[in-house]
Amino acid sequence: MTVDIAVKKPNWFSRLANPGQFLAWSKAFVLPLAILTAVLFSVGLYLAFFASPPDYQMGETVRIMYIHVPNAILSELIYAVMAVASIGTLVWRHPLADVAAKSAAPLGATFTGLALFTGSLWGRPTWGTFWEWDGRMTSTLILFLIYLGIIALWRAFEDQGRAGRVIAVFTLVGALDIPVVKYSVDWWNTLHQPASFSIMGDQHMAPSMEIPLLVMTLAFASLFATLDLVRMRTEIFRRRAETLERQAAAKLA
Amino acid sequence: MTGFLAVIGRDLRLAMRVGGDALTLVLFFVMVGVIVPFAIGPDSVTLSRLAPGIVWIAAFLSMLLGLDRLFRTDEEDGSLLLFRHAALPLEAIVFAKMAAHWLLTALPLIVASPLLAILLSMDVATWGRTVLSLLLGTPGLVALGTIGAAVTVSLRRGGLIAPVLILPLSIPVLIFGAGAIASGSAEGISNAALLFLAAISLVAMALAPFAAALALRLAED
Repeated sequence: MTVDIAVKKPNWFSRLANPGQFLAWSKAFVLPLAILTAVLFSVGLYLAFFASPPDYQMGETVRIMYIHVPNAILSELIYAVMAVASIGTLVWRHPLADVAAKSAAPLGATFTGLALFTGSLWGRPTWGTFWEWDGRMTSTLILFLIYLGIIALWRAFEDQGRAGRVIAVFTLVGALDIPVVKYSVDWWNTLHQPASFSIMGDQHMAPSMEIPLLVMTLAFASLFATLDLVRMRTEIFRRRAETLERQAAAKLA
Repeated sequence: MTGFLAVIGRDLRLAMRVGGDALTLVLFFVMVGVIVPFAIGPDSVTLSRLAPGIVWIAAFLSMLLGLDRLFRTDEEDGSLLLFRHAALPLEAIVFAKMAAHWLLTALPLIVASPLLAILLSMDVATWGRTVLSLLLGTPGLVALGTIGAAVTVSLRRGGLIAPVLILPLSIPVLIFGAGAIASGSAEGISNAALLFLAAISLVAMALAPFAAALALRLAED
């Protein structure tokens, strides 16, 4: 009796899981993504700083918005990416998921830091203060601290495979802060204004400002995609180099 | 249930017979309260205004200090491995350890709080609210801390990293805990803060055993 072991052609999802295959197809994406980022930034910065009108109340300082809002959106989006990657690690043991989570963490911390920094620069001329313990600022600061904790945790583990699984649990626990950041402006009616920008439905924003903001958001998102892809490739190469080192050491011993 | 109680009993006996960590934590808690008047001046009006915040910070710091010993010794002597293969689910064991940890670290602080109340010239009513808010808030702190301790248990030098991880997550406990006893806030607001504190603690206690047990399992294989 023969057992029929049909070698099924792996579906796209499993092929995505293979680090070697990932390195092969992602290589073609790096340069186009980098060019797209550069183009979006050139158009976006021109629109934001030259083609859009100053605000009737805030004057020229409104232009900080074109940097601040994309960074703030990304700070939450990247954590969502990390949370999804963590589910991938825990549920499917997807070998690329922890690479994605690890490489996104420092980028998320940077964007969150920039959102806080530009926010305080914007707050000084408009609200008269660099910092206020308002709901959204406090929850974003907590998000920033969670990012830093996750980075510290990644650095503390030696075995990166084990680190990926354990950190995935913590990332999902920390994800509780994301809805708090999102809805903080509606829950606590304090200094920070509620969302005035949304993809669908009611907007309270003139198109002359909304279009530059949209382009800048896309530019920052594309910057994140480019950097994340490069970081993921670097991480896979680094793990391979470590394995080779270990094999070489084993041969010597 | 017997297994559950046995784990609590074991942890309590271990703490009573070896070391005396619980007493050291109380000492630390009181010492933070002693230091503060030196830093901000012994003016009793200022002190009594700041007292709720000081008590909460002292409790917060001593809870964070005690975190690391939640699973560390079990990991070192191999009992954690036995727990994972016990008939009792790991989640229940984690909950039992959480309860024992609360009895060992939080309850002594609450018992010692009158001392701090006198040192910081709190009045009796404020002290009562302080005890109430500590009773409601510390289970949440312990629950969040359990997650932090479980995530870092496989790290040999994990002592400092668990507090760093848990601190941002426990900020809401601190906000509502201190908010419940802040002087000058209206009765309704501080009652709402107490309810929020209870809600956070309940959610954290329900969630933490599962997250911590998952992290403990994943850290081993």
